[in-house]
Amino acid sequence: MENGNTENTEKPAQNGGAPPQNGNGEMCMSLNAVNKWYGEFHVLRDINLEVCTGEKLVVCGPSGSGKSTLIRCINRLEEHQEGRISVNGIELNDDLKHIDEVRREVGMVFQHFNLFPHLTVLQNLTLAPIWVRKTPKNEAEEMAMHFLKRVKIPEQAAKYPGQLSGGQQQRVAIARSLCMKPKVMLFDEPTSALDPEMIKEVLDVMVELAREGMTMLCVTHEMGFARTVADRVIFMDEGQIVEENNPEDFFNNPQNDRTKLFLSQILSH
Amino acid sequence: MDDSQQQQPAALQPPKIPWRRDPAVRALFFQGALIAALLWAIVTVAGNTARNMEERGIKIGLHFFDDVAPFSIPLDFFPFWSFTLGESLYWEVFVIGVQNTIIISVFGIIGATALGFFVGVLRLSPNWLVAKFAAAYIEAFRNTPLLLQLLFWNFAVFLPLAPPPRQSWTLGESFILNKAGLYLPNPVLTGIGTVIFTVSAVAAIAAIIAMRKWAKKRQEETGKPFPLFFASLAVLIAAAVLALLFAGEQVSFEYAELKGLNYRGGARLPLIAFALWFGLTAYTAAFIAENVRGGIVAVAKGQSEAARSLGLHHGATLKLVVIPQAMRVIIPPTISQFLNLTKNSSLAVAIGYPEVVNVWAGISLNQTGQSLVIMAMTIGVYWVLSLLTSAALNYYNTRVQLRGR
Repeated sequence: MENGNTENTEKPAQNGGAPPQNGNGEMCMSLNAVNKWYGEFHVLRDINLEVCTGEKLVVCGPSGSGKSTLIRCINRLEEHQEGRISVNGIELNDDLKHIDEVRREVGMVFQHFNLFPHLTVLQNLTLAPIWVRKTPKNEAEEMAMHFLKRVKIPEQAAKYPGQLSGGQQQRVAIARSLCMKPKVMLFDEPTSALDPEMIKEVLDVMVELAREGMTMLCVTHEMGFARTVADRVIFMDEGQIVEENNPEDFFNNPQNDRTKLFLSQILSH
Repeated sequence: MDDSQQQQPAALQPPKIPWRRDPAVRALFFQGALIAALLWAIVTVAGNTARNMEERGIKIGLHFFDDVAPFSIPLDFFPFWSFTLGESLYWEVFVIGVQNTIIISVFGIIGATALGFFVGVLRLSPNWLVAKFAAAYIEAFRNTPLLLQLLFWNFAVFLPLAPPPRQSWTLGESFILNKAGLYLPNPVLTGIGTVIFTVSAVAAIAAIIAMRKWAKKRQEETGKPFPLFFASLAVLIAAAVLALLFAGEQVSFEYAELKGLNYRGGARLPLIAFALWFGLTAYTAAFIAENVRGGIVAVAKGQSEAARSLGLHHGATLKLVVIPQAMRVIIPPTISQFLNLTKNSSLAVAIGYPEVVNVWAGISLNQTGQSLVIMAMTIGVYWVLSLLTSAALNYYNTRVQLRGR
């Protein structure tokens, strides 16, 4: 805000201040006046966001509103050009050591799973623990099996990703991230590429993860998930956080016109 | 046929296709015609050649194999088959030619693969200068004829650069470099020396294999990596030094000496061979680099993003995630480059490297006039080499294919 964003000064409608409900109040992640451009295109405008440990955030908004870019900035898959981002007290800047540390703390699940097709499910899960955390192989495999059981597909360990259904692949991807024992999980539209029947099995895993107290930042249009799990829902439009509220007020009593329009569009079916 | 069709009700009888419109008949006809045409061409060409040779009084056959070859081959490689003027026979000329083709092809393929991978990866570097340098290299080398490049390296670079024998660059008595090539001491083993060196070589290899297993096991159990490359190097050097100490008197070195105008003795790496290897490597690497770049680009961006978000570094991402997937795209066009390199080695005729086209299809054919036999054998050599290369790489390629697709 201090940066004086002249062309679009509309401030987010902070309805009721949206206090964290599930977090323990400890700061986990903070974004401060973050700006990002793709060439001339101003994709993130003056983003301010604070997330407490254990909090679950759902980010929604029309396509092109910058929600994916926002969470990709948090583990430096995208670089922000202005402002500050810090995760678990680690400032995200050009320091390669900081980037490595943040990536180890932050797990990410992608829309298209991005499993490594040349490795078995088990190898997908043990790759990073072995090469990044230097975990002994049998220990890494034990941990991998533990997380595969949690996502309910331990019997698929020896298969290749191409032999699994979309829902199974996404569950493997979640387990792969969990194997690095992250403090925060980022989800970038994890169910958008799935058949309707498979969405539930992935959401179930995510709900369970949320119950166990994982800090989660989730870009999704699954409004049912947002209602049951989220502590806060953030609505983005044209690179700005337009509205930020607890799910109940967000869905029942949206303040911003753009939010109202969006909700009426996606909830009309 | 028309009669039987009329006897039965038309509805029960499938419509009869006239043979001119039957695809099976057509296929058979065209295949037969092609084979007939090919046979006719072969018989005509072979008959013509045979008649011409008969008119010139040349008897077709393999009898000339055991004749003494009345010419000298300009260079040969230590420890391989070598040529002696006035003693060596024609079949030995063939063996030497094939051997030299294989040597230059194998080393050329190794060099071109290493350099090609390196340049291909550099070309994708986020560093502007590095990427542009790699691009400039590729464009410079693949856009000029190979023959020109070989002439350039041999006659414009290496030959003028290297000193004449009398002004050789020397490093003690061991290394001597001049226009003829690089001379190294030639180890001469006698008596138990041979045994000691063989044993130490076998022991070193066994030790390295054991060490690899141990290092892998340790990494699996404790997660600690082990500097395998440097440790292996140390073992090899230690084995060589120990063998030298133990062999004592049983090993001696034959040094090259200046006799008259040239050095004699020792082990020689001919400058022409180096120039040819350098030219073939640099040229083919430019093409392989483009294959490598294409393969890496073809791997979905999400793959490296996933690896990076798991905390893998740039190098580890490339090695563990991107390159293994890129290989299935890189290999098929790279097989072609390996075959090209093998065949292109015949351009060595221009700078006088004694490979098979030069000494067999060139000198020997001129001397004997046995064009039919010699050409068939030379063609056969390239066929066999190419098919072996393809088979080996295709086998590797099937092993890196993705499963479950």
